[in-house]
Amino acid sequence: MLKNGSEILVDVLVEQGVDTIFGYPGGSVLNIYDALYKNSDRIRHILTAHEQGASHAADGYARATGKVGVCLATSGPGATNLVTGIATAYMDSIPMVAITGNVGTSLIGRDSFQEVYIAGITMPITKHNFVVRHVDELADTIRDAFRIASSGRPGPVLVDLPKDITAAMGEYVPKPLPEAKEINEVQEEQLQHVAALIAASKRPIIYYGGGVALADAGDDLLALMKKADIPATHTMMAIGAVPGEEPLELGLVGMHGKVSAAWAIDRCDLLLSIGARFSDRVATNTGRFAPDAKIVHVDIDAAEINKNVGTDYSIVCDADHFLKAVLPYVREMKHDAWRTQIGEWKKKLDYVPKDDDSVLKPHQVIELAAEMGGEDAIFVTDVGQHQLWAAQYCGRNRIHQFITSGGLGTMGFGYGAAMGAQVARPEKTVLHITGDGSFHMNLNELVTSVSYNLPVITLIMNNRVLGMVRQWQTMFYEKRYSATDPERQTDYVKLAEAFGARGFRVENLAELRAALTAALDRTGPVVIDCRIDKDERVLPMIPAGGTVDDIVSG
Amino acid sequence: MKKYILSVLVKNNSGVLARVSSLFGRRGYNIDSLTVSATTDPKISRMSIVVTGDAPILEQIIKQVSKLEEVLWIEHLQEHDSYCRELVFVKLLAETGDVRDAIRQLSELYGARIVESTGSAIIVELTEVPSRIDAFLDVVSNFEVLEMCRSGVTAILK
Repeated sequence: MLKNGSEILVDVLVEQGVDTIFGYPGGSVLNIYDALYKNSDRIRHILTAHEQGASHAADGYARATGKVGVCLATSGPGATNLVTGIATAYMDSIPMVAITGNVGTSLIGRDSFQEVYIAGITMPITKHNFVVRHVDELADTIRDAFRIASSGRPGPVLVDLPKDITAAMGEYVPKPLPEAKEINEVQEEQLQHVAALIAASKRPIIYYGGGVALADAGDDLLALMKKADIPATHTMMAIGAVPGEEPLELGLVGMHGKVSAAWAIDRCDLLLSIGARFSDRVATNTGRFAPDAKIVHVDIDAAEINKNVGTDYSIVCDADHFLKAVLPYVREMKHDAWRTQIGEWKKKLDYVPKDDDSVLKPHQVIELAAEMGGEDAIFVTDVGQHQLWAAQYCGRNRIHQFITSGGLGTMGFGYGAAMGAQVARPEKTVLHITGDGSFHMNLNELVTSVSYNLPVITLIMNNRVLGMVRQWQTMFYEKRYSATDPERQTDYVKLAEAFGARGFRVENLAELRAALTAALDRTGPVVIDCRIDKDERVLPMIPAGGTVDDIVSG
Repeated sequence: MKKYILSVLVKNNSGVLARVSSLFGRRGYNIDSLTVSATTDPKISRMSIVVTGDAPILEQIIKQVSKLEEVLWIEHLQEHDSYCRELVFVKLLAETGDVRDAIRQLSELYGARIVESTGSAIIVELTEVPSRIDAFLDVVSNFEVLEMCRSGVTAILK
């Protein structure tokens, strides 16, 4: 049956299992929005306040579900406003399809109104991108975009649609979804080799990252940890993959990770890295990361092997397939002395923040939110001190429950991502943990939560300064607080009310409890201004380029 | 630091050159030369890329380039298993008979061809492996070089 390009687009989106997209209309996408209007029973469109919010919402939707998130924007500024969101998804390997309109084919290259070469702009921040040049290519191009975004190491794909393509008539032929994803072949001798390395090790450590979460391989990882008695530490991207109460789970590693985990990596004789990439926020000093260990690196992306840290042995494979395959080859073992040693480090070295109920201590804010939000609550963060406090104290025990911009470190990510998570999981409590700096970047999206009555609960860890940068200025720049004390006078309660949301200001734990109780009726979006001290720091900390010898704990 | 020759088959789509060169820019790899040419299949083009780096950089380049959707095949070509050639034109000032004779002799020695000799200038062409071209350019720098133009390397597996 003949349809126009916009109707074909909608049909293929439905065919790919899309039921929600986030976007903002404009001249070049008028035809697409007309098709969305006619198909509103099949695809729900969430209109954001800004295209950046739409890109982060699509990302948050993907992170909360594991499905491909979809955002849509018009040409020119609409498209460029997606860029930060696309780069954020790219750095964290999040499956996303971004659709942009463009000026008509005959106007391309003439500096037409709202024309930009978005394919060129997004080349380095997408897995791939397409410019559709004929309506007959449209359906298969969209299918390719979804296949590329979700297969292998996931990532964002952009499809640019000139306006005439969205109006041109073409044939839509339905196609079934492709069969299950490809699986990397692992050779038996590779598995035997890894098993032998584990068997020979006296002080093994598993260091795992977002790849385990993306592959939903936490249970298989835990089975390996238990069978061979291997303690494990994780990156920020893997929060929740293995429950925190598991005795072998050591917690967060890296710049603000557990001191005991840093020591365990420093002293281990075998480091088994699964789905992690030795980033500079974990391997703060690549020359001295696990210096005495044989390093085994398992990753779905061959380019990660030997990129940041040289490895002794590597397997290119997704975490789920590797863990299932290797388990039968691994002998049951006990590492009592090693475990005891790490236990002693935990007691002696790990940072324990001091409680004080009369004010708001950052860790107590996060812990109370985690307790009251319940074990099913989804934490979504922005970027800065609050992000690390949330990572340290949120206590999430499942994947899809801690959503954060890990790689790009995008301030302003949080609100859009929280909306995306709430749209994806309407039944779950979504706690958006932010700082006053990050919140100011994209607080406009509060209006979207009001429009769609999304009960996102925002906790602003409000220290009235740009805390993380200020912390570095305190520690490394002799307290020269350059451009980190903006002296903003924002009244967040009035702000929330002006947008049609509810707002609270709290200065101690009892007030926070009362505000959260009110917010958890989940009748609409809530903003809670949590006043914390501006000199609070994220601890412990390994300074950039440092090692375990440089850890700051107080 | 060494020079490496990479032969890459890519889908002949618009923007593919930008995609490959943007990857080199983003990752901070140095391109010495890059040529794009047709293959027997009009849907596929060949890129011959000369890069400077060390073995770990080469490994990363190959893996990162392989990840591009439009890259079909990549191979690190070595001198013993491939033929590689580059073409150079050099325009030299040659106002006297002595200089002309000297340039002629030198060209003969290197297998270079004089393609034009008019008035006060001579244009010499040489097709050779890059190291011979380097050597030739080194020697002709004793003359007054008015202009020089190298094609970049093209290469094929034996």
